[in-house]
Amino acid sequence: MDGQPASEDRSEAEDRSSHVAVGDAVKDALGSVQSVLVLGGGSDIARATVKALVADRARTVTLAARRPERLDDLALELKEAGATDVRLLTFDADDLDSHPAFVADAFAARDIDLVLLAFGVLGDADRTRVDRRATLDLLHTNVMGSVSVLMPVVERLKAQGHGTIVVLSSVAGERVRKSNFPYGASKAAVDGFCSGLADFLQGSGVHVMVVRPGFVDTKMTAGMDRKPMSTTPEKVADVIVAGLRKGSDTVWAPPPIRWVFAALRHLPRALFRRLDL
Amino acid sequence: MNSESRLLTGWGRTVPTRSDVHRPLAGDDVDAMLKEADDRGAIARGLGRGYGDVAQNAGGRVLDMTSLRRVRSIDLGAGTITVDAGFNLDALMRLIVPLGWFVAVTPGTRHVTVGGAIASDIHGKNHHRDGSFCDHVLSMELRTPAGEHLRLTADDTPDEFWATAGGLGLTGVVTEATLQLLPIETSRIRADTQRCSDLDELMTLMHEEDERYRYSVAWIDCLARGTSMGRAVLSRGEHASLDDLAVDERATALAFDPHTRLAAPPWAPPGLLNRLTVRAFNELWFRKAPRHDIGGLESISWFFHPLDSVSGWNRLYGRTGFVQYQFVVPFGQEDAVRESVRRLSEARTPSFLAVLKRFGPGHGLLSFPMAGWTLALDIPSALPGLARLLDDLDDLVVGANGRVYLAKDSRLRPELLAIMYPELDRWREIRARLDPDAVMCSDLARRLQLV
Repeated sequence: MDGQPASEDRSEAEDRSSHVAVGDAVKDALGSVQSVLVLGGGSDIARATVKALVADRARTVTLAARRPERLDDLALELKEAGATDVRLLTFDADDLDSHPAFVADAFAARDIDLVLLAFGVLGDADRTRVDRRATLDLLHTNVMGSVSVLMPVVERLKAQGHGTIVVLSSVAGERVRKSNFPYGASKAAVDGFCSGLADFLQGSGVHVMVVRPGFVDTKMTAGMDRKPMSTTPEKVADVIVAGLRKGSDTVWAPPPIRWVFAALRHLPRALFRRLDL
Repeated sequence: MNSESRLLTGWGRTVPTRSDVHRPLAGDDVDAMLKEADDRGAIARGLGRGYGDVAQNAGGRVLDMTSLRRVRSIDLGAGTITVDAGFNLDALMRLIVPLGWFVAVTPGTRHVTVGGAIASDIHGKNHHRDGSFCDHVLSMELRTPAGEHLRLTADDTPDEFWATAGGLGLTGVVTEATLQLLPIETSRIRADTQRCSDLDELMTLMHEEDERYRYSVAWIDCLARGTSMGRAVLSRGEHASLDDLAVDERATALAFDPHTRLAAPPWAPPGLLNRLTVRAFNELWFRKAPRHDIGGLESISWFFHPLDSVSGWNRLYGRTGFVQYQFVVPFGQEDAVRESVRRLSEARTPSFLAVLKRFGPGHGLLSFPMAGWTLALDIPSALPGLARLLDDLDDLVVGANGRVYLAKDSRLRPELLAIMYPELDRWREIRARLDPDAVMCSDLARRLQLV
């Protein structure tokens, strides 16, 4: 005896299809993650972000950097804050051929819920704007390094069926300004790559969130003139955590800078090039 | 064998992950599908009414059991029925109610499978008197990844039975179950409904009078503040006897044909259920309830499953979905209930489905029910500060020796698991015996490090 009245089949099938969600998200319903891989763990924004994630409920943290021994203090701090497993790995963004093996190692022990891509160089604008070698180095690190490590990361996340990639981009990539156009161009490339990647990954369970901070007071920007609407690494971290909770695709720090750059993007070129930005 | 790569979420629509969904058409398919699972493992899934990530398995296999839905045998004298695990309670009730029988335990929706009801050891409004679903499971067939077919009963195989009952699908795949049914004379409920002006009045009333009713549950207005904090509508009932019906209704005493009246739109704005709309709903719901109405006759579907009349109601929460939070604290910890309602009210939590009821003792090693007070609520997941609010409620619940409902969970801190479920280690031992290669796995199991 088939116990299912035929008339019920349709509504039941509809009910099932409604569980197939439209967006992707992180492992916990409220955006909390448990295991984190940080690429470029030494940056101020990465430090602030991983601290915020551990303060929530991240317990397994892998910090990867060119010189991981410099992260001993951060590792200790994270353990004191409740992380049970903190691993330090050597990661050289410029050594592209090492990336597949590095990613395999980072994912060997368990699933990773969140990968934070936080490395990058600002470059000395006065040099990069005229020096071929310096400009290529900057693009190599920021663009080739990011793409090269992201591709195997994406493969791993797709295989595990879930995960979030958080990419530190910059408002500098929204419209490239003359002040440091090689850096701006590198961020524009990464931002564009990741935005397209995010859409390509719809339906895979993997979510990509692009973070566009404005001017952040960090060791990278030390000595530079502070800009209006400048922010701090801690505030960028808060924006990231809030974006994870909401499942955002793109977040800005501070949030209102989004509208400033929306306007700048449409400014006529003749006017834009005269701005001292 | 057919399989399809799909994003799955629970009923709360919060955590989509990708699984390979396989659909067994016979019990033997289950054996093969478990055998061929890779290191990402497998989990069975029914109709997806679990709110969180209990029936999804990122990167691994999900066995959609809903095609296994035959009635194997029925004994109308003894009131027992043997069905496939993918058979659902809606179909079951449509079959047995006209024959004068009812399920011993029904949750708030009929759209759950028997297998899902066992894996979550679900409860209904009669837990204080009748226990949970698995208390009425006479036997079940469990297929393990090792290829065993086990016939489990509470008497002969108590370890395996009570590890599987409420075991979140992690001991194997239940393919068949024999249920003890409850005799009824009519398909109506004789209901007493009354308003309570605050939480203390409600809890006193429930404490003093619950035992006189088979079914009892209270709806609480979590947005009410000040002196009316915790105002509620208490609804209690019994199966109506033939004598309760008017003479001309007795010919159709066992009629049962519930319909879906409305369908939620396929898309709703994320902020639709906010403090204003929920407050308006709650005000209306409270005011529309009679001050005190005794013995009114209600249909089974209206009394037990009012939300089933709106298909896809979960979509009303919009893209970001919602979480369901349910805890239980033992009797004597009434202050924890009061404190939780106070916090929810103070945080102005827009929950239009907050439900309080009293439990009797529970039996499954990971089953949720234990003697005490249980509060359940739906909350939009986008509510600012929600993660912290619920983490703090967890601490309150643990401090009161209580626990949260794992089958509904989507955000618990793993370190609280062993405190909330003291039988966890014993459950793990039995589970390891049934599934030594740890094939059975789910997102919930990974997130809470259950296995």
